[in-house]
Amino acid sequence: MNRRKFVNYFLGGSLGATVLAFLYPVLRYLLPPGQAEVLQKRVAAAKVGDLVPNSFRIFKFGASPGILVNTQDGQLLALSAVCTHLTCTVRYEGDSGTLYCPCHNGRFDLAGNVISGPPPAPLETYKVEVVGDDIFVSKKA
Amino acid sequence: MNKTLRAVWAFIDERFQIQALAGFAKKKSVPEHKHSFWYFFGGICLFLTALQIVTGILLLLYYTPSVDGAHESVQFIMSQVKFGWLIRSVHSWSANILIGALFIHMFSTFFLKAYRAPRELTWVTGFFLFVIFLAIGFSGYLLPWNELSYFATRVGTDIAGSLPIIGKSLKTFILGGSIVGQATLTRFFWLHVAILPLAAGILIGLHVLLVQILGMSTPLSLKGKPVREIPFFPDFIYKDVLGWVMILILVGVLCVFLPWEIGKKADPFAATPLGIKPEWYFTFMFTTLKLIPSHIFSIEGEKLAILGFMLGGALWLLVPFLNRRASRELPSPAFTVAGAIIFAYIVVMTILTYTLHGL
Repeated sequence: MNRRKFVNYFLGGSLGATVLAFLYPVLRYLLPPGQAEVLQKRVAAAKVGDLVPNSFRIFKFGASPGILVNTQDGQLLALSAVCTHLTCTVRYEGDSGTLYCPCHNGRFDLAGNVISGPPPAPLETYKVEVVGDDIFVSKKA
Repeated sequence: MNKTLRAVWAFIDERFQIQALAGFAKKKSVPEHKHSFWYFFGGICLFLTALQIVTGILLLLYYTPSVDGAHESVQFIMSQVKFGWLIRSVHSWSANILIGALFIHMFSTFFLKAYRAPRELTWVTGFFLFVIFLAIGFSGYLLPWNELSYFATRVGTDIAGSLPIIGKSLKTFILGGSIVGQATLTRFFWLHVAILPLAAGILIGLHVLLVQILGMSTPLSLKGKPVREIPFFPDFIYKDVLGWVMILILVGVLCVFLPWEIGKKADPFAATPLGIKPEWYFTFMFTTLKLIPSHIFSIEGEKLAILGFMLGGALWLLVPFLNRRASRELPSPAFTVAGAIIFAYIVVMTILTYTLHGL
């Protein structure tokens, strides 16, 4: 390598490194800092008597919504309310006794299984406990 | 007075060379034929973009990009600020008409094969402009922070998240975290008012420059036939301005009789409302995702549809390079038929979204 070529490579490389040195902090700045998600294992979802039979309530479970259903026969069930298709929030439909996602017509039974529509996986089911006046929902072990 | 005005004019002209520019515009001519009508959609897109910039800057004066204040600030604009309803409605209506005009401009360019050599890069810059305007529409949709836009953003960003390899990082980057929240609103605001308009501005500059350098294409069907030319200035510009005035009247009428809705404030912990739909220009993809089975040959239907749309987009971008017959100035009916099928698919799926019960 002659001296001219060396100087060209050296200056070109230095310029490239300078550009990278400016770009790297900008790119890192654009990516949001990773924040640890607050992992909640148990949450008070409602009060006893809040839900009449054949109705539902959406509750906050950590950073995601959960759904608490009081079925026609008065059984309390809790599931993740995040549709496994494209993350819309499902709702309970009393007429059919199923969970329905209005975004793309996904339908689940009360055990979380997909009945129809595009969802690729079932909904996560939770454990429900009634302690005094409170209805607690917790993740299954 | 006249003398003073002339002196001022001479001063400005000497520095900005306006006479020379006017001379160029007068010398420039544009072909006029039975398909000339479609040429005006480029100008209409430009006019509507200007309208977006002006009304967008005005909205910035009262809009607050925060989860607690965004919806309230839009309500304030619509109900308290004098003519706030008009400024916001003009912004929203003209944005939708702009997307419609972009669709027409793009498809008319496609069917007239105006992308053929040497205008490939005009098509490429136009394609990216279309994508950027869709992104501007998507990011602007969230800003009023209402329940429709909130869930549309959840679905839209989840689609980005399902892309192979880069999906997860891309979704985190767009959302500014793992969920749609304050960080997402801040980012969408940043994209909507700064980054995407800047990118659009650069591309519009290139697109218009290419149109100026290469002139307007004459359709293949008129090849060999005598084509009348009209001066760009003032004839073509007058016709262009007439189109703009008509569009402005349309926007005005729509704003007066159908002011843009505010919607219900988004609640991240509420069930998704029934009958939810994205903006009309995304509905053909939305309905495809609704109708597609959950699995096709053991591949998730949703992923397959998204990959299909991406592949379709890439092929659409490369049309000028794929259509070798058009670049040799030969008819290419296969491309016309393919374009007609794509156009029909978009139209039918969009109509189905609004007419088919249960969608």
